[in-house]
Amino acid sequence: METVKKVFSYKKVRMETTFRRALLITALAMLILAIGIFITLVAESIPSLKFLGVKYLWGTTWDPVSNNYGALPFLLGTLLTSVLALIISVPFSYAIAIYLGEYNTQGWLSGLLKNIVELVAAVPSVIYGFWALVVIVPIVRNIETKLGVPPYGVGIFSASLILAIMIIPYAASLGRELIRLVPSSLKEAAYSLGATRYEVLRDVVLPYTRSGLLAGLLLSFGRALGETMAVTMVIGNTSILPNSIFSPGNTMASVIANEFTEADRTVYLSALIELGLVLFIVTVIINIIGKAIIKRFSHE
Amino acid sequence: MSNMKNVVGYRIRKSKTIEGLIVLFAFLITLPLLAIIYYVLKTGISKLSWGFLMNIPKPVGEIGGGIANALMGSLLIVLVASILAVPIGIFCGIYLSENKNSRVSYFSRLAVDVLQGTPSIVIGIVIYFWMVKPSGSFSALSGSVALAIMMLPIIIRSTEETLKLLPDTLKEAGLAIGLPYHKVILRVIVPCGMSGILSGIIRAVARIAGETAPLLFTAFGNPYITTNVLRPMQSLPLLIFNYATSPYDEWHDLAWGASLILLLWVLILNITTKLITRKWKIQL
Repeated sequence: METVKKVFSYKKVRMETTFRRALLITALAMLILAIGIFITLVAESIPSLKFLGVKYLWGTTWDPVSNNYGALPFLLGTLLTSVLALIISVPFSYAIAIYLGEYNTQGWLSGLLKNIVELVAAVPSVIYGFWALVVIVPIVRNIETKLGVPPYGVGIFSASLILAIMIIPYAASLGRELIRLVPSSLKEAAYSLGATRYEVLRDVVLPYTRSGLLAGLLLSFGRALGETMAVTMVIGNTSILPNSIFSPGNTMASVIANEFTEADRTVYLSALIELGLVLFIVTVIINIIGKAIIKRFSHE
Repeated sequence: MSNMKNVVGYRIRKSKTIEGLIVLFAFLITLPLLAIIYYVLKTGISKLSWGFLMNIPKPVGEIGGGIANALMGSLLIVLVASILAVPIGIFCGIYLSENKNSRVSYFSRLAVDVLQGTPSIVIGIVIYFWMVKPSGSFSALSGSVALAIMMLPIIIRSTEETLKLLPDTLKEAGLAIGLPYHKVILRVIVPCGMSGILSGIIRAVARIAGETAPLLFTAFGNPYITTNVLRPMQSLPLLIFNYATSPYDEWHDLAWGASLILLLWVLILNITTKLITRKWKIQL
């Protein structure tokens, strides 16, 4: 009896329950964290929701000095930079995905490219921003002079360029995984009918992966929306409505980064937080939809 | 007959051309990477010296000065963030792999996805209201908490994915000889998945080492060396951001030197992850 008691001591049983409980608590903590972020953002943007109302989102002037707040310049700036970055990045990310997933899946050359892509993803965004400021901006200024538009250098176009480089690795690695999932029996059937490599790609691989690749684009778009530092450094930080892709502007993330610590009035601060709330909701929705599509695709 | 040959030839040529284009576009990504590494090396290497690493920045106009405050701050902020995120991340990962189909797991996974997708600047705002505003001062600790939140999804995911791959027989063997549950997990399961968990942790550190946005409203920056985590603290990415956007050439030079150090740090962490995953042949 004594030994049995020793083996099944209450202490050990308690230890086990404590451990199980600790695991559960950490899992619940993630839930609380995510909900807490949402609640905090909503609570802190109440003043702006109250005083500025819904029309805040399509107001065109942002002038905190005269208490005039409109978020449209930032919404438009974010949309323009992200869409432009996506368009610029697509040929490159698809090429990498196709090369690594279909044309050359093994061997040192594809290993090398894979490592390079991972390094591109590893470079901190503040270094991208700094480099873009010194190297890309003068180039863009030259282009602008030749095109006859005001040569700011900084602006939406420069921001899109650097953003495109930053999202290529993400889209490429997602695409590679998806292209690898194409059943080889399908490809072999096409080859046996005499299809060339390009025809297999066009008529088998791409149609098969279409929904997944679109979801990959969506996820990269979500990435681009929230990227802050590199964009802040080269976009020019002007809170007026952009009238071309070369004009300086501001994105939601960059205006928060620039003005958050200077915002001295409740409504001003709250208006910035409301931008953060919009950014949070949009990226969360994009992420959940994108991941759901990819999950369904890879389970099929 | 010759017409037929022409069609086939045309199709083959087209296929070759497209393949060439794909290879070309795929390898063009090398250019910006090489350009950035070359530029940072070229401008940064001349700044590197013992004094650069050991001194704090001097006021504008004086020659010399270094980034000791940022180096120290970065190490400390990242260390504290790791201490916070690693145990919680591993525990949550264990829970998710142990309870694959429970309702809590479903929502917890969703929450992890949400955290992973949350823009870093938003995390900065939220931590500002959770920690900086109540305490009345910017602090390194709040910066660490913000970075820890960014580390969590990476650690949780890699822990979960690694542990999922382990055969159930391992756990059953442990339980069969009468080990309590927590010992089976901590002494059998976790050591078996150590390499995957470790590479997840290093990837998480590499990911946050260069993060600037969540530190803007939390750690804030500080021109002096401090080890008090309740006070504002400088970090490498913050220093680069502040000095790169300043109008002074001396500060730009400091920022280039700091960029080189940060780039080396991040690249070394990435290569370490690579070596670990290769040594243990993990598929991530």
